[in-house]
Amino acid sequence: MRINRRTLLGAAAAGALPLVTPLRGPRAQAGNTIRIGVLTDLSSLYTDLSGAGSVLGARMAVEDFNPAAKGFNVEIVSADHQNRADVGSTTARAWYDRDGVDAIVDLPNSAVVLAVNQITREKNKVMIVSTGATTDLTGPQCSPNAVHWTYDTYSQPAGTGRAMVAAGGDTWFFITADYAFGHSLEANTERFVTAAGGRVLGKVRHPFPGTDFSSFLLQAQSSRAKVIGLANAGGDFINCVKQAGEFGIVRRGQKLAGLLVFITDVHGLGLETAQGLTLTTAFYHDRNEQSRAFAARFHPRNRGIRPTMGHAGVYAGVLHYLKAVEAVGVQAAKSDGAAVVAAMKQMRTSDPLFGEGEIRQDGRKIHPMFLYEVKTPAESRGPWDYYKLIREIPPGDAWRPLADGNCPLVRT
Amino acid sequence: MDTILGVPAVALYGQLMLGLINGAFYALLSLGLAVIFGMMNVINFTHGAQFMMGAFVAWMLLNWAGLGYWWALILAPLAVGATGVVIERLMISRLYRLDHLYGLLLTFGLALIIEGLFRNFFGSSGLPYRIPAELQGAMDLGFMFLPNYRGWVIVASAVVCLLTWFVIERTRLGAYLRAATERPMLVRAFGVNVPRMITLTYGFGVALAAFAGVLAAPIYSVNPNMGSSLIIVVFAVVVIGGMGSIAGSIVTGFGLGVIEGLTKVFWPEASNTVIFVIMAIVLLLRPAGLFGRA
Repeated sequence: MRINRRTLLGAAAAGALPLVTPLRGPRAQAGNTIRIGVLTDLSSLYTDLSGAGSVLGARMAVEDFNPAAKGFNVEIVSADHQNRADVGSTTARAWYDRDGVDAIVDLPNSAVVLAVNQITREKNKVMIVSTGATTDLTGPQCSPNAVHWTYDTYSQPAGTGRAMVAAGGDTWFFITADYAFGHSLEANTERFVTAAGGRVLGKVRHPFPGTDFSSFLLQAQSSRAKVIGLANAGGDFINCVKQAGEFGIVRRGQKLAGLLVFITDVHGLGLETAQGLTLTTAFYHDRNEQSRAFAARFHPRNRGIRPTMGHAGVYAGVLHYLKAVEAVGVQAAKSDGAAVVAAMKQMRTSDPLFGEGEIRQDGRKIHPMFLYEVKTPAESRGPWDYYKLIREIPPGDAWRPLADGNCPLVRT
Repeated sequence: MDTILGVPAVALYGQLMLGLINGAFYALLSLGLAVIFGMMNVINFTHGAQFMMGAFVAWMLLNWAGLGYWWALILAPLAVGATGVVIERLMISRLYRLDHLYGLLLTFGLALIIEGLFRNFFGSSGLPYRIPAELQGAMDLGFMFLPNYRGWVIVASAVVCLLTWFVIERTRLGAYLRAATERPMLVRAFGVNVPRMITLTYGFGVALAAFAGVLAAPIYSVNPNMGSSLIIVVFAVVVIGGMGSIAGSIVTGFGLGVIEGLTKVFWPEASNTVIFVIMAIVLLLRPAGLFGRA
């Protein structure tokens, strides 16, 4: 490009622009505005189970809470963490330091959860995890600034793992995503299996995210374990189940245990492949009147995708957070995240999707979980009619006992 | 039972077979890249997106037009190849006189746009695509249970690779192509329409990617990210084989598939890095690649 006088002047003018533009809206009104950042996966294997649906869940919570009637504003911002802890941390810092974000929600990917947890505590803000799973968040790394909402790597095997062992699946082989989430899920499941008298015959850790799992499935097959535990999620889980079908693993008598399964995974697999899977979830869109009403409002705004338990968790978490903000006052909420979380723990939770519940001292949100089985194509009445209830898991069985977590916040 | 390094030999044969199957995909994809680079000197980063488009076109043909797998195997490469021709005519053809880097940036940008668009319309969980009825079921090879479909992947990929190699290295058309890369002006003087030949070459390379995409649709989840997770490995394969070497890309494709398969048995956590370690070693010892002409 040849540089002439006009381009030079143009460039100079553009460069000077930020100096003369006054600080825009958000800063000017920052005193009365709560900003919530949805930090999620907008581009990779967890996009459908969280992603844009989580942003929508947060928006719907704000609409239903109607902050304007209570005298303050709420803004939602969102960003893609690309499943990388470094990207997640950088975004969290920029949001807290520069953009006036008061709370970060959603956070699929445990590695990102643990990184953002440190920063949130250091800056005294709020983190509400709806799709991250690691139990470390309510264990050794628990924080007065964090709430863990929907499920964790204890609640999942507490449902599915126990049920499989009770049904006679007493030997296991694990195929595990090789990062914080997979390790945590595998370790917790192993504890349930051995406590129930089962044995773990072997395990293999696959690079995250993976594409071809046939090699690992073959290793699982030759181990002759009765149950193959899939300690992975989203796209990895889908590929595992699909390829297991191809190698005739289920037909030859081994059972698959999906330890973290979302409705979007079942949709991606199709009932033909997914039928008969046992799974544990905190939310199913067709469970009761309230969940159906929520789903009916949600899916037309989310490309027809029904809400996953992650989306429901973001909605309910944001709703409860805003109630706590109202209780402590906007100014106090902006300056002291720990005070908001303390208020969240003090108030009982109540929302249309999870019903009545509470948040424990260690940050764990308590509600019942549900054990479902995936319907056969013949049983399904139409698209997204996928689950039949086996039983409700009462909170006492679903969550790790407070004393077992080694959370430093818990004083006995 | 016989064991090799503590692993039952029988299990090892199974893993070798699986490696060969993955190698079939590497070979097909790296072949397309090698054809495009060899003939046009363009590093086609859109290749992964075009592989993904092949799988999606197969899905669309089935669900929107009712055309099954075998039709898709023919129509999807043609359709995606046609988009390749358009891209070459409208965009890439403007960059030949510039540095390689511009072609790389353009195709990389295109890949991001295409993947983003598909993600927007289809989400990321993927779409189900069934194995065609003729190829369902499996054979018991004694040492492993080989799904018929995977066997078909190896055969189809090997046949297409050999045909491509034969056309480019052993026929008159291939000779024109190779000549056009070396001395385009001279070939033009003989009355050959060089720009059109190059456009069609790009379309053919893209069609190869789409063909691999259709092959992959029934075994991997059909989703917008399926190409981006594969393409980096495939680039490593091309670099190891020697940029632009047709035979090199086929042999290294299958070979690295096998090496990766073995790594999955002995050290699963390293299975997605082993290819890059090999790439680093090859670049140190033979910068032009194993089959490259320096």
